[in-house]
Amino acid sequence: MHVVQLILNGLMAGTILALPAIGLTLIFAVLRFTNFALASLMTVGAYAGLVANISFGLPVYASLLAAFVVAGLVGWLCDEFVLKPFRASGFITTAIGSIALTIALENVVRFVFENQMRGYKLPLRRDLVLAGLRVDPQQLDNLAVAVLVVLVLTAFLMTTRAGKAMRAVADNPSLASIKGIDVDMVARIVSFVAMGIAGIGGMLVGLDTTVDPLVGYKTILSVFAAAVVGGLGSIPGAIVGALVVGVGEELSLLVLSPAYRTAVGFIAIFLVLTLRPRGILGARAY
Amino acid sequence: MEHYLIAMAVTAGIYAIMALGMNVIWGMAGLINLGLVGFFAVGAYTSALLTLKFGWPIAGGVIAAMIVSSLVGVIVALVTVNLKGDYLAIVTLGFAETMRIVMSNEIWLANGTDGLSGIPGPMRQQLGPHGFNLLFLGIVAVATLILFVLNERLAHSPFGRALRGIRDDEQVVQVAGKNVTRLKVKAFAFGSAALGLAGALYGHFTSYIAPDLFEPLLTLYVILALLAGGLGNNKGAVLGAVAVVFFLESTRFIMPLLPFVSAVQGAALRQMLIAAALLVILRFYTQGLIPEKIQQPALPDALQAKLQANKAEIDDVKA
Repeated sequence: MHVVQLILNGLMAGTILALPAIGLTLIFAVLRFTNFALASLMTVGAYAGLVANISFGLPVYASLLAAFVVAGLVGWLCDEFVLKPFRASGFITTAIGSIALTIALENVVRFVFENQMRGYKLPLRRDLVLAGLRVDPQQLDNLAVAVLVVLVLTAFLMTTRAGKAMRAVADNPSLASIKGIDVDMVARIVSFVAMGIAGIGGMLVGLDTTVDPLVGYKTILSVFAAAVVGGLGSIPGAIVGALVVGVGEELSLLVLSPAYRTAVGFIAIFLVLTLRPRGILGARAY
Repeated sequence: MEHYLIAMAVTAGIYAIMALGMNVIWGMAGLINLGLVGFFAVGAYTSALLTLKFGWPIAGGVIAAMIVSSLVGVIVALVTVNLKGDYLAIVTLGFAETMRIVMSNEIWLANGTDGLSGIPGPMRQQLGPHGFNLLFLGIVAVATLILFVLNERLAHSPFGRALRGIRDDEQVVQVAGKNVTRLKVKAFAFGSAALGLAGALYGHFTSYIAPDLFEPLLTLYVILALLAGGLGNNKGAVLGAVAVVFFLESTRFIMPLLPFVSAVQGAALRQMLIAAALLVILRFYTQGLIPEKIQQPALPDALQAKLQANKAEIDDVKA
């Protein structure tokens, strides 16, 4: 029974992980670089939600929207003014630039909110017990939010003009550009949507645990693991990868000390890159 | 104040050693290594543990630290040999984090988050704090100098040329019949040894190491040093390291001038400044203080003249 409980916990954790992993993979698919700044934008989202929830007294679900909008806007502005010029000078410059950016943003948050741990205003609820399995109702809510975000994103990508343009650019940027798609505009939309989703992900992590300026940084290795395991650039891959990494991290508790949970993500990256470099559902790796 | 300046000079030397090591891996071979701090930690812990727990002499510990870091570098290089760009960045970054987690949790080995204290320094008791710092400054200076000369020799050797070839176009090097994998592994082995040396020296100088000291920010400092000085250029690496330490320390003096910020805010502000500096350098000064010179092979005068004539002709056609 213990194992089943761990798997259940892992799936719950995995669905939260899926959101930032989708953000990462979206940016990789369209803009062709790994954006390490995602970590700090998760933190920005978590704090935006915190301000909306605590300072403005909005309910948690409205605060999630604030997390999306603020993280999306900050993500877009950072991409437009900081990262975009780097993309022309190659991936190493972009990778280092995005790491510098993430440290800068994280410290902006630290400057404003300082280091203490904070929490959202949540009603206290009893754990649900079903057939001997324990579930925190908050986790169920988080699961619902994550599923909803994925559904909305899928609808956006499949039906709207902007979504289709995004997929076209991901497929073949020069062809898309010839066809009259404004590639710069698509880049802006992708940055906004992907970082907004990462912001929601950051707030969900905060709802699950607590919020401090390192909330994104502490999760980022697992997020990368999820995206790489699933195959960078593939959205279904990011979801599958997140579930695999989430369950893997929980199951590792059977054999490893809890402190090694984050190392599981690294081991997963390692295994996937040696055995199947393009990930579970990815198309290409190198 | 003099005490402080000497300690800063030692720090600058240790950064210079790291920058020189990174210059081989990144500057010459073009391989991104965001796990720098992981190798630094391996070196620091190896030497500290050997001297503390097994009573090894300090020189033995330092040499062992270089060997162990180098071996770890070889392993990382072998595992990541097929990975390109972003993937290599993620794996090396993850490596450093995993190292930190291991150091924090294997209490039997590394005393967990409390770290190791009382790491011996050469003649610390006999010389007193001032004399010890001066002696250590001498040691670090000599180590930096030796490494600098080695790096310079390396840069002008066929091996160095092949590495720069890999950086500029891996396929061409392969077509020329070079074993690219072996060259990459060697570059990692050499560079990691230097990083391990820097870690070991750091431990023996400060007498205390803990997992918290090995945060990714340190990797960023060295990257900043290399970029500021001019990537692929050894003089630039040393100069950049000195400049970065100077910059890091000078931000320390700005803080007391801002009485309305708390200690946490001050630290945050410093890190913001450092990150911003890196972004500005990356964006506007990619060449660094001393740009890498493109070496032209020596040609006979007749050939040189012919090349010049050709070039003039091409320019004419363009115009």
